[in-house]
Amino acid sequence: MISLRDVYKSYGEVEVLKGCSAEIRKGEVIVVCGPSGSGKSTLIKCINGLEPFDRGEIVVDGVSVGKRATNLPKLRARVGMVFQHFELFPHMRVMDNLTIAQEKVLGRGQEPARQKALALLERVDLREHADKYPGQLSGGQQQRVAIARCLALDPICMLLDEPTSALDPEMINEVLDVMAGLARDGMTMVVVTHEMGFARKAANRILFMDQGRIVEEGTAAEFFAAPKTERTRQFLSKVLHH
Amino acid sequence: MYEFDWSSIPGALPFLWQGMKISLGITGVAVAAGIAWGTVLAVMRLSPARPVSLFATLYVSLFRSVPLVMVLLWFFLIVPSLLRDVLGLSHATDLRLASAMVAFALFEAAYYSEIMRAGIQSVSKGQRSAALALGMTPLQAMWHVVLPQAFRNMVPLLLTQAIILFQDTSLVYVSALADFFGAAYKVGDRDGRLVEMLLFAGAVYFVLCSAASWGVRVLRRRALA
Repeated sequence: MISLRDVYKSYGEVEVLKGCSAEIRKGEVIVVCGPSGSGKSTLIKCINGLEPFDRGEIVVDGVSVGKRATNLPKLRARVGMVFQHFELFPHMRVMDNLTIAQEKVLGRGQEPARQKALALLERVDLREHADKYPGQLSGGQQQRVAIARCLALDPICMLLDEPTSALDPEMINEVLDVMAGLARDGMTMVVVTHEMGFARKAANRILFMDQGRIVEEGTAAEFFAAPKTERTRQFLSKVLHH
Repeated sequence: MYEFDWSSIPGALPFLWQGMKISLGITGVAVAAGIAWGTVLAVMRLSPARPVSLFATLYVSLFRSVPLVMVLLWFFLIVPSLLRDVLGLSHATDLRLASAMVAFALFEAAYYSEIMRAGIQSVSKGQRSAALALGMTPLQAMWHVVLPQAFRNMVPLLLTQAIILFQDTSLVYVSALADFFGAAYKVGDRDGRLVEMLLFAGAVYFVLCSAASWGVRVLRRRALA
Protein backbone atom coordinates (compact mmCIF):
# COMPACT_ATOMS: atom_id res chain seq x y z
CA MET A 1 0.00 0.00 0.00
CA ILE A 2 2.78 2.43 0.95
CA SER A 3 6.35 1.87 -0.04
CA LEU A 4 9.32 4.08 0.70
CA ARG A 5 12.55 3.48 -1.13
CA ASP A 6 15.74 5.15 -0.07
CA VAL A 7 14.19 8.53 0.77
CA TYR A 8 16.57 11.43 1.36
CA LYS A 9 15.73 14.95 2.42
CA SER A 10 17.68 17.91 3.71
CA TYR A 11 16.85 21.41 4.86
CA GLY A 12 19.78 23.33 3.47
CA GLU A 13 22.88 21.79 5.00
CA VAL A 14 21.01 19.64 7.49
CA GLU A 15 20.17 16.14 6.33
CA VAL A 16 16.96 15.04 8.06
CA LEU A 17 16.29 11.81 6.17
CA LYS A 18 19.23 9.67 5.13
CA GLY A 19 17.91 6.83 3.04
CA CYS A 20 14.69 5.60 4.63
CA SER A 21 13.01 2.50 3.21
CA ALA A 22 9.89 0.70 4.38
CA GLU A 23 7.00 -1.35 3.06
CA ILE A 24 3.57 -0.95 4.60
CA ARG A 25 0.88 -3.43 3.62
CA LYS A 26 -2.85 -2.89 3.54
CA GLY A 27 -4.42 -3.13 7.00
CA GLU A 28 -1.14 -2.79 8.87
CA VAL A 29 -0.68 -0.48 11.81
CA ILE A 30 2.84 0.91 11.92
CA VAL A 31 4.16 2.89 14.84
CA VAL A 32 7.12 5.16 14.13
CA CYS A 33 9.06 6.18 17.21
CA GLY A 34 12.42 7.63 18.07
CA PRO A 35 14.02 10.61 19.81
CA SER A 36 12.94 14.11 18.81
CA GLY A 37 14.73 15.39 15.75
CA SER A 38 15.10 11.89 14.35
CA GLY A 39 13.01 12.72 11.28
CA LYS A 40 9.79 10.85 12.15
CA SER A 41 7.40 13.70 11.42
CA THR A 42 9.25 14.69 8.28
CA LEU A 43 9.05 11.10 7.07
CA ILE A 44 5.28 10.82 7.37
CA LYS A 45 4.76 14.27 5.90
CA CYS A 46 6.69 13.07 2.85
CA ILE A 47 4.18 10.25 2.39
CA ASN A 48 1.36 12.62 1.39
CA GLY A 49 3.67 15.16 -0.21
CA LEU A 50 3.26 17.88 2.43
CA GLU A 51 7.05 17.85 2.60
CA PRO A 52 8.93 17.44 -0.66
CA PHE A 53 11.89 15.06 -0.58
CA ASP A 54 15.14 15.19 -2.52
CA ARG A 55 15.86 11.63 -3.59
CA GLY A 56 14.30 8.19 -3.52
CA GLU A 57 10.75 7.14 -4.21
CA ILE A 58 7.50 6.97 -2.28
CA VAL A 59 4.59 5.07 -3.80
CA VAL A 60 1.12 5.18 -2.24
CA ASP A 61 -1.44 2.78 -3.69
CA GLY A 62 0.42 2.71 -6.99
CA VAL A 63 0.88 6.51 -7.20
CA SER A 64 4.40 7.91 -7.06
CA VAL A 65 4.31 10.89 -4.69
CA GLY A 66 7.43 12.67 -5.88
CA LYS A 67 6.64 12.71 -9.61
CA ARG A 68 5.88 16.11 -11.07
CA ALA A 69 2.85 14.80 -12.94
CA THR A 70 1.23 13.41 -9.80
CA ASN A 71 -2.03 15.10 -8.84
CA LEU A 72 -1.15 15.69 -5.19
CA PRO A 73 -4.55 17.07 -4.09
CA LYS A 74 -6.22 13.96 -5.48
CA LEU A 75 -3.79 11.69 -3.68
CA ARG A 76 -4.05 13.60 -0.41
CA ALA A 77 -7.83 13.35 -0.47
CA ARG A 78 -7.34 9.58 -0.17
CA VAL A 79 -4.72 9.72 2.58
CA GLY A 80 -5.99 11.02 5.92
CA MET A 81 -3.67 13.04 8.10
CA VAL A 82 -4.00 13.88 11.78
CA PHE A 83 -1.79 16.61 13.23
CA GLN A 84 -0.23 17.13 16.63
CA HIS A 85 -2.09 20.43 17.08
CA PHE A 86 -5.39 19.17 15.57
CA GLU A 87 -5.54 22.01 13.02
CA LEU A 88 -9.31 22.14 13.00
CA PHE A 89 -10.55 25.21 11.16
CA PRO A 90 -11.42 27.60 14.01
CA HIS A 91 -13.76 29.78 11.96
CA MET A 92 -16.06 26.87 11.09
CA ARG A 93 -18.42 24.83 13.21
CA VAL A 94 -17.50 21.21 13.87
CA MET A 95 -20.08 20.16 11.28
CA ASP A 96 -18.54 22.40 8.61
CA ASN A 97 -15.07 21.15 9.46
CA LEU A 98 -16.33 17.70 8.52
CA THR A 99 -18.28 18.65 5.41
CA ILE A 100 -16.09 21.24 3.68
CA ALA A 101 -13.64 18.82 2.07
CA GLN A 102 -16.40 16.33 1.26
CA GLU A 103 -18.17 19.05 -0.68
CA LYS A 104 -15.28 21.03 -2.16
CA VAL A 105 -12.86 18.18 -2.80
CA LEU A 106 -15.00 15.10 -3.41
CA GLY A 107 -17.95 17.04 -4.80
CA ARG A 108 -20.46 15.36 -2.50
CA GLY A 109 -23.87 16.97 -2.06
CA GLN A 110 -24.68 18.94 1.07
CA GLU A 111 -27.09 16.41 2.55
CA PRO A 112 -25.00 13.25 2.02
CA ALA A 113 -21.98 15.12 3.43
CA ARG A 114 -24.01 16.08 6.51
CA GLN A 115 -25.24 12.54 7.04
CA LYS A 116 -21.71 11.19 6.72
CA ALA A 117 -20.44 13.80 9.19
CA LEU A 118 -23.13 12.99 11.73
CA ALA A 119 -22.43 9.26 11.49
CA LEU A 120 -18.71 9.89 12.09
CA LEU A 121 -19.33 12.28 14.97
CA GLU A 122 -21.47 9.53 16.46
CA ARG A 123 -18.57 7.15 16.05
CA VAL A 124 -16.18 9.41 17.96
CA ASP A 125 -18.94 10.12 20.47
CA LEU A 126 -19.28 13.84 19.74
CA ARG A 127 -22.58 14.05 17.88
CA GLU A 128 -24.04 16.60 20.28
CA HIS A 129 -21.12 18.98 19.60
CA ALA A 130 -21.78 19.32 15.84
CA ASP A 131 -22.84 22.97 16.07
CA LYS A 132 -20.02 24.14 18.33
CA TYR A 133 -16.83 25.83 17.24
CA PRO A 134 -13.54 23.95 17.77
CA GLY A 135 -12.45 26.48 20.40
CA GLN A 136 -15.33 25.37 22.61
CA LEU A 137 -14.06 21.78 22.78
CA SER A 138 -11.33 20.20 24.89
CA GLY A 139 -8.10 19.07 23.24
CA GLY A 140 -9.13 15.44 23.28
CA GLN A 141 -12.48 16.26 21.72
CA GLN A 142 -10.80 18.41 19.06
CA GLN A 143 -8.45 15.59 18.12
CA ARG A 144 -11.38 13.18 17.82
CA VAL A 145 -13.10 15.69 15.53
CA ALA A 146 -9.90 15.88 13.49
CA ILE A 147 -9.89 12.09 13.12
CA ALA A 148 -13.55 12.16 12.07
CA ARG A 149 -12.72 14.91 9.55
CA CYS A 150 -10.20 12.58 7.90
CA LEU A 151 -12.55 9.62 7.93
CA ALA A 152 -15.23 11.71 6.19
CA LEU A 153 -13.21 11.40 2.98
CA ASP A 154 -13.10 7.57 3.19
CA PRO A 155 -9.30 7.42 3.19
CA ILE A 156 -7.41 4.31 2.11
CA CYS A 157 -4.88 4.91 4.88
CA MET A 158 -4.15 7.37 7.65
CA LEU A 159 -1.06 9.20 8.81
CA LEU A 160 -1.05 10.38 12.41
CA ASP A 161 1.68 12.79 13.48
CA GLU A 162 2.05 12.68 17.27
CA PRO A 163 -1.73 12.74 17.73
CA THR A 164 -1.62 12.74 21.53
CA SER A 165 1.49 14.71 22.41
CA ALA A 166 -0.27 18.07 22.67
CA LEU A 167 -2.96 16.66 24.98
CA ASP A 168 -3.35 16.81 28.72
CA PRO A 169 -2.72 13.36 30.20
CA GLU A 170 -6.35 12.71 31.10
CA MET A 171 -7.39 13.18 27.47
CA ILE A 172 -4.86 10.89 25.86
CA ASN A 173 -6.86 7.73 26.33
CA GLU A 174 -10.04 8.93 24.64
CA VAL A 175 -7.98 9.59 21.51
CA LEU A 176 -6.01 6.35 21.76
CA ASP A 177 -9.30 4.45 22.09
CA VAL A 178 -10.55 5.92 18.84
CA MET A 179 -7.25 5.01 17.15
CA ALA A 180 -7.39 1.47 18.51
CA GLY A 181 -10.94 1.19 17.15
CA LEU A 182 -9.70 2.22 13.70
CA ALA A 183 -6.92 -0.35 13.91
CA ARG A 184 -9.43 -3.07 14.77
CA ASP A 185 -11.54 -2.08 11.76
CA GLY A 186 -8.57 -2.74 9.52
CA MET A 187 -7.52 0.84 8.70
CA THR A 188 -3.97 1.09 7.41
CA MET A 189 -2.23 3.52 9.74
CA VAL A 190 1.19 5.05 10.17
CA VAL A 191 1.41 6.60 13.63
CA VAL A 192 4.24 8.71 14.95
CA THR A 193 3.89 8.45 18.71
CA HIS A 194 5.64 7.97 22.02
CA GLU A 195 2.66 6.08 23.42
CA MET A 196 4.32 2.70 23.88
CA GLY A 197 1.14 1.23 25.38
CA PHE A 198 -0.65 1.89 22.10
CA ALA A 199 2.30 0.50 20.17
CA ARG A 200 2.30 -2.68 22.22
CA LYS A 201 -1.45 -3.21 21.85
CA ALA A 202 -2.25 -2.03 18.36
CA ALA A 203 0.90 -1.95 16.23
CA ASN A 204 1.76 -4.73 13.82
CA ARG A 205 5.24 -3.36 13.42
CA ILE A 206 7.39 -0.66 14.94
CA LEU A 207 9.91 1.45 13.08
CA PHE A 208 12.54 3.03 15.27
CA MET A 209 14.24 6.10 13.82
CA ASP A 210 17.40 7.84 14.89
CA GLN A 211 19.25 10.66 13.15
CA GLY A 212 17.32 10.36 9.90
CA ARG A 213 17.62 6.60 9.55
CA ILE A 214 15.27 3.73 10.30
CA VAL A 215 17.63 1.83 12.58
CA GLU A 216 15.31 -0.91 13.73
CA GLU A 217 12.15 -2.51 12.46
CA GLY A 218 10.19 -5.36 13.95
CA THR A 219 6.98 -6.60 15.48
CA ALA A 220 5.89 -4.97 18.71
CA ALA A 221 6.74 -8.11 20.66
CA GLU A 222 10.28 -8.32 19.26
CA PHE A 223 10.83 -4.63 19.68
CA PHE A 224 10.00 -4.48 23.38
CA ALA A 225 11.37 -7.88 24.39
CA ALA A 226 14.61 -7.90 22.46
CA PRO A 227 15.67 -4.55 21.00
CA LYS A 228 18.47 -5.14 18.52
CA THR A 229 20.47 -1.94 18.82
CA GLU A 230 21.96 -0.10 21.74
CA ARG A 231 20.26 3.12 20.61
CA THR A 232 16.83 1.46 20.81
CA ARG A 233 17.57 0.09 24.28
CA GLN A 234 18.49 3.55 25.53
CA PHE A 235 15.35 5.04 24.01
CA LEU A 236 13.09 2.37 25.46
CA SER A 237 14.57 2.70 28.91
CA LYS A 238 13.75 6.41 28.77
CA VAL A 239 10.18 6.21 27.49
CA LEU A 240 9.14 3.12 29.45
CA HIS A 241 10.29 4.32 32.85
CA HIS A 242 7.93 7.28 32.86
CA MET B 1 -9.60 90.78 16.34
CA TYR B 2 -11.32 88.52 13.82
CA GLU B 3 -15.12 88.41 14.19
CA PHE B 4 -16.50 84.89 13.74
CA ASP B 5 -19.76 84.65 11.87
CA TRP B 6 -21.29 81.20 11.74
CA SER B 7 -24.61 82.29 10.22
CA SER B 8 -23.92 80.94 6.76
CA ILE B 9 -23.53 77.35 7.98
CA PRO B 10 -27.19 76.31 8.56
CA GLY B 11 -28.21 77.34 5.07
CA ALA B 12 -25.28 75.46 3.56
CA LEU B 13 -26.06 72.18 5.28
CA PRO B 14 -28.02 70.56 2.39
CA PHE B 15 -25.16 71.34 0.00
CA LEU B 16 -22.60 70.06 2.52
CA TRP B 17 -24.63 66.87 2.89
CA GLN B 18 -24.44 66.37 -0.88
CA GLY B 19 -20.67 66.67 -0.53
CA MET B 20 -20.62 64.25 2.40
CA LYS B 21 -22.46 61.71 0.27
CA ILE B 22 -19.74 61.97 -2.36
CA SER B 23 -17.00 61.55 0.28
CA LEU B 24 -18.73 58.53 1.76
CA GLY B 25 -19.41 57.11 -1.69
CA ILE B 26 -15.75 57.32 -2.71
CA THR B 27 -14.72 55.84 0.63
CA GLY B 28 -17.18 52.95 0.37
CA VAL B 29 -16.23 52.00 -3.18
CA ALA B 30 -12.51 52.41 -2.54
CA VAL B 31 -12.61 50.33 0.66
CA ALA B 32 -14.58 47.50 -0.95
CA ALA B 33 -12.64 47.44 -4.21
CA GLY B 34 -9.35 48.17 -2.44
CA ILE B 35 -9.75 45.23 -0.05
CA ALA B 36 -10.79 42.90 -2.87
CA TRP B 37 -7.94 43.88 -5.21
CA GLY B 38 -5.53 44.20 -2.28
CA THR B 39 -6.33 40.64 -1.22
CA VAL B 40 -5.69 39.40 -4.74
CA LEU B 41 -2.36 41.28 -4.72
CA ALA B 42 -1.42 39.82 -1.34
CA VAL B 43 -2.11 36.29 -2.57
CA MET B 44 -0.15 37.00 -5.75
CA ARG B 45 2.72 38.39 -3.73
CA LEU B 46 2.98 35.16 -1.72
CA SER B 47 2.70 33.02 -4.85
CA PRO B 48 5.59 30.67 -5.62
CA ALA B 49 5.45 31.75 -9.29
CA ARG B 50 8.13 34.45 -9.64
CA PRO B 51 6.51 36.64 -12.36
CA VAL B 52 3.26 36.73 -10.39
CA SER B 53 4.85 37.76 -7.11
CA LEU B 54 7.13 40.20 -8.89
CA PHE B 55 4.17 41.95 -10.51
CA ALA B 56 2.44 42.32 -7.14
CA THR B 57 5.62 43.56 -5.46
CA LEU B 58 6.18 46.16 -8.17
CA TYR B 59 2.56 47.29 -8.04
CA VAL B 60 2.62 47.74 -4.27
CA SER B 61 5.94 49.55 -4.15
CA LEU B 62 4.94 51.81 -7.06
CA PHE B 63 1.73 52.99 -5.43
CA ARG B 64 3.35 53.30 -2.03
CA SER B 65 6.13 55.48 -3.39
CA VAL B 66 4.09 58.16 -5.15
CA PRO B 67 1.97 60.84 -3.49
CA LEU B 68 -1.76 60.18 -3.54
CA VAL B 69 -2.44 63.65 -4.94
CA MET B 70 -0.34 62.85 -7.97
CA VAL B 71 -2.12 59.56 -8.59
CA LEU B 72 -5.43 61.41 -8.38
CA LEU B 73 -4.28 63.97 -10.91
CA TRP B 74 -3.06 61.31 -13.32
CA PHE B 75 -6.41 59.64 -13.12
CA PHE B 76 -8.38 62.84 -13.60
CA LEU B 77 -6.35 63.50 -16.71
CA ILE B 78 -6.14 59.98 -18.14
CA VAL B 79 -9.11 57.87 -17.06
CA PRO B 80 -11.92 60.13 -18.31
CA SER B 81 -10.61 60.24 -21.87
CA LEU B 82 -9.87 56.52 -21.75
CA LEU B 83 -13.36 55.65 -20.53
CA ARG B 84 -14.94 57.93 -23.09
CA ASP B 85 -13.09 56.16 -25.86
CA VAL B 86 -13.89 52.69 -24.56
CA LEU B 87 -17.53 53.29 -23.67
CA GLY B 88 -18.22 55.81 -26.42
CA LEU B 89 -19.47 58.47 -24.02
CA SER B 90 -19.95 62.11 -24.92
CA HIS B 91 -17.59 64.74 -23.60
CA ALA B 92 -20.37 66.18 -21.48
CA THR B 93 -20.43 63.12 -19.19
CA ASP B 94 -18.87 63.97 -15.85
CA LEU B 95 -16.45 61.18 -15.05
CA ARG B 96 -14.62 62.88 -12.20
CA LEU B 97 -16.40 60.84 -9.54
CA ALA B 98 -15.74 57.57 -11.38
CA SER B 99 -12.06 58.46 -11.88
CA ALA B 100 -11.74 59.38 -8.22
CA MET B 101 -13.18 56.01 -7.21
CA VAL B 102 -10.88 54.10 -9.54
CA ALA B 103 -7.84 56.07 -8.41
CA PHE B 104 -8.56 55.57 -4.71
CA ALA B 105 -9.34 51.88 -5.17
CA LEU B 106 -6.09 51.22 -7.06
CA PHE B 107 -4.03 53.32 -4.67
CA GLU B 108 -5.52 51.94 -1.46
CA ALA B 109 -5.25 48.37 -2.76
CA ALA B 110 -1.49 48.70 -2.32
CA TYR B 111 -1.97 49.47 1.38
CA TYR B 112 -4.71 46.90 1.87
CA SER B 113 -2.53 44.26 0.25
CA GLU B 114 0.15 44.85 2.87
CA ILE B 115 -2.43 44.46 5.63
CA MET B 116 -3.84 41.29 4.08
CA ARG B 117 -0.35 39.90 3.57
CA ALA B 118 0.34 40.33 7.28
CA GLY B 119 -3.06 38.74 7.92
CA ILE B 120 -2.27 35.72 5.78
CA GLN B 121 1.06 35.32 7.54
CA SER B 122 -0.69 35.53 10.92
CA VAL B 123 -2.56 32.29 10.19
CA SER B 124 -0.50 29.32 11.36
CA LYS B 125 1.15 27.19 8.68
CA GLY B 126 -0.55 24.12 10.11
CA GLN B 127 -3.92 25.43 8.92
CA ARG B 128 -2.75 25.45 5.33
CA SER B 129 -1.15 22.03 5.77
CA ALA B 130 -4.40 20.63 7.16
CA ALA B 131 -6.37 22.04 4.24
CA LEU B 132 -3.90 20.62 1.73
CA ALA B 133 -3.89 17.27 3.54
CA LEU B 134 -7.66 17.12 3.00
CA GLY B 135 -7.06 17.31 -0.74
CA MET B 136 -7.73 21.01 -1.24
CA THR B 137 -5.74 22.77 -3.96
CA PRO B 138 -3.52 25.65 -2.76
CA LEU B 139 -6.12 28.15 -3.97
CA GLN B 140 -8.96 26.33 -2.21
CA ALA B 141 -6.90 26.22 0.99
CA MET B 142 -6.33 29.96 0.65
CA TRP B 143 -9.97 30.78 -0.04
CA HIS B 144 -11.76 28.49 2.42
CA VAL B 145 -9.26 28.28 5.26
CA VAL B 146 -6.55 30.95 5.30
CA LEU B 147 -8.29 34.09 4.00
CA PRO B 148 -11.34 33.98 6.30
CA GLN B 149 -9.03 33.80 9.31
CA ALA B 150 -6.62 36.39 7.89
CA PHE B 151 -9.50 38.76 7.26
CA ARG B 152 -10.92 38.30 10.73
CA ASN B 153 -7.52 38.95 12.34
CA MET B 154 -7.08 42.13 10.33
CA VAL B 155 -10.53 43.73 10.68
CA PRO B 156 -9.32 46.46 13.09
CA LEU B 157 -6.44 47.42 10.79
CA LEU B 158 -8.65 47.34 7.70
CA LEU B 159 -11.11 49.68 9.40
CA THR B 160 -8.36 52.00 10.60
CA GLN B 161 -7.13 52.21 7.03
CA ALA B 162 -10.70 53.00 5.94
CA ILE B 163 -10.75 55.96 8.35
CA ILE B 164 -7.51 57.28 6.87
CA LEU B 165 -9.00 56.78 3.42
CA PHE B 166 -12.06 58.79 4.38
CA GLN B 167 -9.85 61.73 5.36
CA ASP B 168 -7.83 61.36 2.18
CA THR B 169 -10.92 61.68 0.01
CA SER B 170 -10.67 65.44 0.64
CA LEU B 171 -7.80 65.41 -1.86
CA VAL B 172 -10.32 65.16 -4.69
CA TYR B 173 -10.45 68.97 -4.45
CA VAL B 174 -7.72 68.89 -7.10
CA SER B 175 -10.44 68.00 -9.60
CA ALA B 176 -12.88 70.57 -8.20
CA LEU B 177 -15.19 67.69 -7.33
CA ALA B 178 -17.50 68.85 -4.54
CA ASP B 179 -16.93 66.28 -1.83
CA PHE B 180 -17.56 67.37 1.75
CA PHE B 181 -14.36 69.36 2.00
CA GLY B 182 -14.78 70.75 -1.51
CA ALA B 183 -18.37 71.78 -0.77
CA ALA B 184 -17.35 73.50 2.46
CA TYR B 185 -14.61 75.35 0.61
CA LYS B 186 -16.98 76.47 -2.14
CA VAL B 187 -19.61 77.77 0.27
CA GLY B 188 -17.06 79.50 2.46
CA ASP B 189 -15.47 81.12 -0.55
CA ARG B 190 -18.84 82.29 -1.91
CA ASP B 191 -19.95 83.81 1.40
CA GLY B 192 -16.55 85.18 2.35
CA ARG B 193 -16.63 82.96 5.45
CA LEU B 194 -13.85 80.54 4.55
CA VAL B 195 -12.33 80.37 8.03
CA GLU B 196 -15.61 79.43 9.69
CA MET B 197 -16.47 76.90 7.02
CA LEU B 198 -13.10 75.18 7.18
CA LEU B 199 -13.20 75.10 10.97
CA PHE B 200 -16.66 73.59 10.79
CA ALA B 201 -15.56 71.00 8.19
CA GLY B 202 -12.54 70.14 10.32
CA ALA B 203 -14.79 69.64 13.35
CA VAL B 204 -17.04 67.31 11.36
CA TYR B 205 -14.05 65.23 10.18
CA PHE B 206 -12.74 65.15 13.73
CA VAL B 207 -16.02 63.98 15.25
CA LEU B 208 -16.68 61.33 12.59
CA CYS B 209 -13.15 59.92 12.60
CA SER B 210 -12.73 59.87 16.38
CA ALA B 211 -16.11 58.15 16.73
CA ALA B 212 -15.07 55.57 14.14
CA SER B 213 -11.66 55.04 15.81
CA TRP B 214 -13.41 54.56 19.12
CA GLY B 215 -15.69 52.01 17.44
CA VAL B 216 -12.65 50.12 16.12
CA ARG B 217 -11.09 50.08 19.60
CA VAL B 218 -14.27 48.64 21.10
CA LEU B 219 -14.38 46.03 18.34
CA ARG B 220 -10.75 45.10 18.90
CA ARG B 221 -11.28 44.75 22.65
CA ARG B 222 -14.31 42.57 22.06
CA ALA B 223 -12.36 40.41 19.61
CA LEU B 224 -9.62 39.88 22.20
CA ALA B 225 -12.05 39.09 25.00
